[in-house]
Amino acid sequence: MLKFLSRFKKKKEDVGPVVHYEATDEDIKEFTETLIDAYQDPHVLPLPKISDAVKKANRKKRGRKINRIILTIVACVFAVSFLLPTVLTIANSFMAESELDSNYGVIFKSYDSESGDESGKATYVTKKVNLKVIPDKVSFSQYITVLFKSPDYLLKLWNSILYVIPIVIFQIAIALGAAYSFYRFRSKLRAVIFFLYVALMLMPFQVTLVPNYIVADRIHTLNTVWAILLPGFFAPFSVYLLTKFMRRIPKSLIEAAKLDGAGEVKIFFKICVPLCKGAIASVALLLFIDYWNMVEQPIVLLNDSAKYPLSVFLSQINSGETGLAFAVATIYMIPTILMFLYGEEYLIDGISFSGGVKE
Amino acid sequence: MEKKKKSNYKRAKRRARIQSFFFLLPSLLGVLIFFVIPFFIVIYYSIIDNPINTEFVGFNNFKNIFKNESFVTASKNTAIFSLIAVPGSVILSLLMAMVLDKNIPFKSQFRTFFLSPLMVPVASIVLIWRVLFDHHGAINDIVMAFGGKPVDWLQTSFSQVVIVILFLWKNLGYNMILFMAALNAIPQDVTEVCKLEFAGEMKVFFKIKLRYLSSTIFFVSLISLINSFKVFREIYLLTGEYPYSSLYMLQHFMNNTFASMDYQKLSAAAIIMAIVMTVIIGILFVIDNKYSKDIEG
Repeated sequence: MLKFLSRFKKKKEDVGPVVHYEATDEDIKEFTETLIDAYQDPHVLPLPKISDAVKKANRKKRGRKINRIILTIVACVFAVSFLLPTVLTIANSFMAESELDSNYGVIFKSYDSESGDESGKATYVTKKVNLKVIPDKVSFSQYITVLFKSPDYLLKLWNSILYVIPIVIFQIAIALGAAYSFYRFRSKLRAVIFFLYVALMLMPFQVTLVPNYIVADRIHTLNTVWAILLPGFFAPFSVYLLTKFMRRIPKSLIEAAKLDGAGEVKIFFKICVPLCKGAIASVALLLFIDYWNMVEQPIVLLNDSAKYPLSVFLSQINSGETGLAFAVATIYMIPTILMFLYGEEYLIDGISFSGGVKE
Repeated sequence: MEKKKKSNYKRAKRRARIQSFFFLLPSLLGVLIFFVIPFFIVIYYSIIDNPINTEFVGFNNFKNIFKNESFVTASKNTAIFSLIAVPGSVILSLLMAMVLDKNIPFKSQFRTFFLSPLMVPVASIVLIWRVLFDHHGAINDIVMAFGGKPVDWLQTSFSQVVIVILFLWKNLGYNMILFMAALNAIPQDVTEVCKLEFAGEMKVFFKIKLRYLSSTIFFVSLISLINSFKVFREIYLLTGEYPYSSLYMLQHFMNNTFASMDYQKLSAAAIIMAIVMTVIIGILFVIDNKYSKDIEG
């Protein structure tokens, strides 16, 4: 990169020192006269008209403005299509079952007729799907069912919290130590271990599912919460991310702390962890979303459905209870939305630069 | 005196080295116990005939699995999906980041909107996707409004498209944020100098920005690769255990094999998957090392 830059430097030097010179009115007059002379002289190549240049600049400016408008419109279209499912989920949760039937009856009822659930009832079903963002009549009936009539949902929600919070905390705590170690010294051994982590991180869940099952079987945690918690604590995903972020902390900071007599423990807690605050927040957010939506792990590692988190339960709600599913989904979304609103800035800061220290 | 100082320094450094290794220990122990050692058990399972007999059969399980038609279809589908989805998401999210990097009004609102897919629970995504892509769904209404023929999205060869769209919708936002951060980190003076020298925006992008972005591109590719395996959750809930053949992914194969408790098939498939993944990561690492060497960060 330096070599690349030096090329530009050399060119600049050839031009010689730049002298600042304030042009007087006389100079300008003289200059325009020579310009006009040159323009009228047939032996000199015609200079582009000044008005042409102005036009060109204007056109460029206008082009840029139009570009900006087009880009904004494109971004708007994209944003709407990105936001649609979120909005639909929330909107649908406030619709009564009958309204949902008339909106999406074609799709979900056809599945029921196979199982013979609704064969007796004759409900009005439209031929077309109605995507409605604002319900005809706001109804809280779904929420009442979820919150008061069936305590099962709240119990499952509590389960979800009990899985996610410890996993996020312990995984990050353990990963921070590992990341510090990878950041502090680079050696062949550590490079190999790091590669192992990355490889493990990339293994699809279906590959680690068998090892997870075997371990849980051996240490007799199968069908207990530990079967999910323990592999979650040690998952290498956040080690990789935190290492990536930590490596941006300038080494000079560490050297300075060492000269002041700080030990490894002190450097870790007083320098690295505080500087990684943003990164920790963003990793926590990602982990939260990931484990909040886990489906496969509980199904494989737990037999007892009372221990399932809400995400599993939610995925098993069948199409007959569409409205209920949307209401549960909306409730399930609330913690994520809150975390986003609170942590989005962290998410972005954490990625861009840990703590604002630049080299 | 001088010598003593030096050896002191060396000793201190070695001590720091060892001490810092202790920070790695909890994580390393956990990873060994919960991921690495069981993996060796998986390897063991893959070379015996069954867990009760435990007779050594060499590569027979592997030979069988390559003959297994559903495994071959599943690997092909998964490979096609990843080959489209991963580069697609990298390129698209970079484009989106560059658009938002320009001075567009309501930048931060757009950013939040693009991140919103991360918040929607999987089950809800599946319901919405069915509303949109069902044979009677909303997308077909639009298609018909333009005079096209309705397509049964999930039951034809279009089904891969649906899944790719689902993947992109879910992951573009986060990738875009990563790229926006990286674009911000490119030193302004470098791009300014280049603009003065060769003007063209395209050239500045390809010669300068891409170089600075290379490590982020690597990072985003890795994340996308991980996420491309996670999209299975949605496919599975959308279509069930035995979907349309072009949607039959390796994960379906693994899940179905797991349900039937065929450990040999399962372990052999897992090991093949692991080997392929390791090779891909290795290649990515080599490329990353080559390109991001001359740029700090």
